[in-house]
Amino acid sequence: MIEEQNILSVQPEELVAKVTACKNDGFRLVQIGCAKIDETFEINYTFDKDYRFEDLKVTVPCANATLPSVSHVYWAAFLYENEIHDLFGIDVTNIALDYKGNFYRTTVTAPFATSGSEAKELKA
Amino acid sequence: MIFSMSKTVLSSLFSKPSTRLYPITQRVPFKNTRGKIEIDIAACTFCGLCSKKCPTSAITVTRADKKWEINRLQCLACDYCVLVCPKKCLTMENAYTTPAVATSKDSFKVARVPDNTADSKDS
Amino acid sequence: MSKRTIIPFGPQHPVLPEPIHLDLVVEDEKVIEAIPSIGFIHRGLEKLVEKKDFIDYVYVAERICGICSAIHGQTYCQAVEEVMNIAVPERALYLRTIWGELSRVHSHLLWLGLMADGFGFEALFMHCWRLRETVLDMIEETTGGRVIFGSCKVGGVRKDIDKPTLERIVAKLNGMEKEIKEVTDVFIVDRSVKHRTVGVGVLSKQDAYELGAVGPTMRASGINQDMRKLGYAAYKQLKFEPIVETAGDSYSRCVVRIKEIFQSIDLIRQAAVQLPEGPIDVKVTGTPSGEFFARTEQPRGEVIYYLKANGTRFLQRLRVRTPTFANIPALVKLLQGCELADVPILALTIDPCISCTER
Ligand code: SF4
Ligand code: SF4
Repeated sequence: MIEEQNILSVQPEELVAKVTACKNDGFRLVQIGCAKIDETFEINYTFDKDYRFEDLKVTVPCANATLPSVSHVYWAAFLYENEIHDLFGIDVTNIALDYKGNFYRTTVTAPFATSGSEAKELKA
Repeated sequence: MIFSMSKTVLSSLFSKPSTRLYPITQRVPFKNTRGKIEIDIAACTFCGLCSKKCPTSAITVTRADKKWEINRLQCLACDYCVLVCPKKCLTMENAYTTPAVATSKDSFKVARVPDNTADSKDS
Repeated sequence: MSKRTIIPFGPQHPVLPEPIHLDLVVEDEKVIEAIPSIGFIHRGLEKLVEKKDFIDYVYVAERICGICSAIHGQTYCQAVEEVMNIAVPERALYLRTIWGELSRVHSHLLWLGLMADGFGFEALFMHCWRLRETVLDMIEETTGGRVIFGSCKVGGVRKDIDKPTLERIVAKLNGMEKEIKEVTDVFIVDRSVKHRTVGVGVLSKQDAYELGAVGPTMRASGINQDMRKLGYAAYKQLKFEPIVETAGDSYSRCVVRIKEIFQSIDLIRQAAVQLPEGPIDVKVTGTPSGEFFARTEQPRGEVIYYLKANGTRFLQRLRVRTPTFANIPALVKLLQGCELADVPILALTIDPCISCTER
C-alpha cells in the first residue's frame, strides 16, 4: 500500500461547503475527474495537503446532470469544470471562467457521455 | 560572465563532431533495440493470439489459408506479440524497417500447404 | 484605452511544436488575457480502456506521452497493482526507479534545449541535445526503445539490467556530470540568458498553491512537494530532498530543473548500489476490482491515474490527469499582463506537453 486514500461521498448540495472547508484547512486541489458508471456520473474532487490524500465523490444521475461550480473557491477548478462540461456534457453552473464549450475542440458533443457500445450504435 | 559558453563552443570546434555523416556511416543498433518483428512462419500455428493482443491491430492472421500478415507502419514495436506468442516463433530484430512512403504490408504463408507452394513468401 | 486585438498563438507555432491554441487578447504590447483551447489531437485513450484488456493497456498507457513514457507506464501499473494487491519484487521497483530517473534526466535536458531554442541560443540548444543523446543511448541499450521504454508491466518489469551494464551506465553518468554542469551553468550565470528569465513570469507561492500548479513550476515558487516523497517504487530507500526555489520566476523554474538533473543522477547512483538480487516480476492472476488514485512525480510534475474496475478484464474508467493540464491555470495567469514577446518563453517554462494532456 503506497498511501491511505479516503474517499468520502457527498451530496451535490453540500459540495461547495465541503470544498470550502478543504480550502480553509489548507488543502491543494489536485484534480477533478468524472467517470460515467452505468447511468450515473461520479465526480471525484481530489485534494492533497502535505502528501495527505482526500477525495470527495459526488454522484449525479446522467439525465440533465448539473453541478455547482467550485471555481470560486479554487480558481484552478475552472479548467477541470470546463473539461467535464465539454467531454461529459454536464452543466456546471456559474464557472469563474466559462469557455462555454470552446475549451475542447470536439466534433461530437460530449463524446465521453456515451459508453463504448452506445458509441457504436451512434456510428451505425 | 558574458561569454560563459565560449569554452564549450571552442572545445567542440576542435573535437570530433558528435553527429554522424548519416547515409555513409550508419548507426549500429544495440542488441536490445526494438526494430522490427520477424516471424518463423514454419513454427506458427495461426492461433491468432498475437493479433488479438497487439495494441494497434497491426497483425492479421488468417487461419484458413495459413497466412500471417503485418502492417509495418502500424506496428509500434512494443514487443508484446513476442511475449504472448505460445510457439515463440516471433522475434524482435534490432534493425529498423526501411523507410517507406506508402503502407507496407508483409505477409507470410506456410509453404507446407500444397496448393500455394508458388508464393511461399510474398512480401 | 488603446485598441484591443486578438492574436492567435498556435496550434502551430515555431517555439512550441505542440497543438495548443491560445487566443491572446493584447493591448499594445501587453497581453490582457489568454484563452486556451485544446482538443486538436485528442486520442481518446482513456476511452480505449473499455475495450482493451487491463494487462495489454500498459502499452497504450506508455504511449500517452512520448517523453515521460516510462513513468506513465509505471503509474498505470502501480494503480493496477494497488487495486489487485500485488506485491511487486524489490528488484523490479529499483529498476523502475532507475528508468524513471533516466527519463527525468532526458526530459529535463530536452526542455533546457527547447528553452535555449526559445530565446534563440542555438548553440546551447544543440549542446543540451547532444548530452541528451547519450542518455537516450543508455535507455535504448537497456530497454530497446529510445523514448518509449516498454519495460514496465503489471506485476514487475519486462527487462533486467545486468551488473556490468549498470556499472557502465553509472560510470558514464558520473563522467557526464561535469559536461552537463558546463552547459547548464550557461543558464545559471550567462547575462544574456538571465536577461530573458530573471523576474519574468513571477508566480507567487500563494498563486502556485491556488492555481494547483505541480512539479517544477510549483517547487520554483517555494512549495516543498515532490510526489516521490510518497515513497512509491524504491524512493523510500533512497535519500533525496525536493528541490525548492523561492523566486517563482522563469529563472527559478530553470534552476529547479537543472538541479533535478543532478539529483536524478545521484538517485540512479544510489539505486545502482542498493539494487537487490531477485526476481523481476510476479505472475498476475485474477481481475481488478476497486478504485485507486495513483500519484507519481513525472519530470513535469505530479500525474494522477484514477482507476475504477468492477472485476472484469476491462476497466470501467481510467482517468489520467497529466501535469501539464494542472499547469494550464498557472500559465493562463502568468500570461495575463505579460509582454507579447515573452509569451513563448512563459509558455515554455511550465514545460508544456500538450500531447500528454490530450490523452
Ligand atoms: S501468436 Fe505465434 S503462433 Fe499464434 S498466430 Fe501469432 S505468431 Fe503464430
Ligand atoms: S510489436 Fe507490438 S505493435 Fe508491433 S505487431 Fe507486435 S504487438 Fe503489434
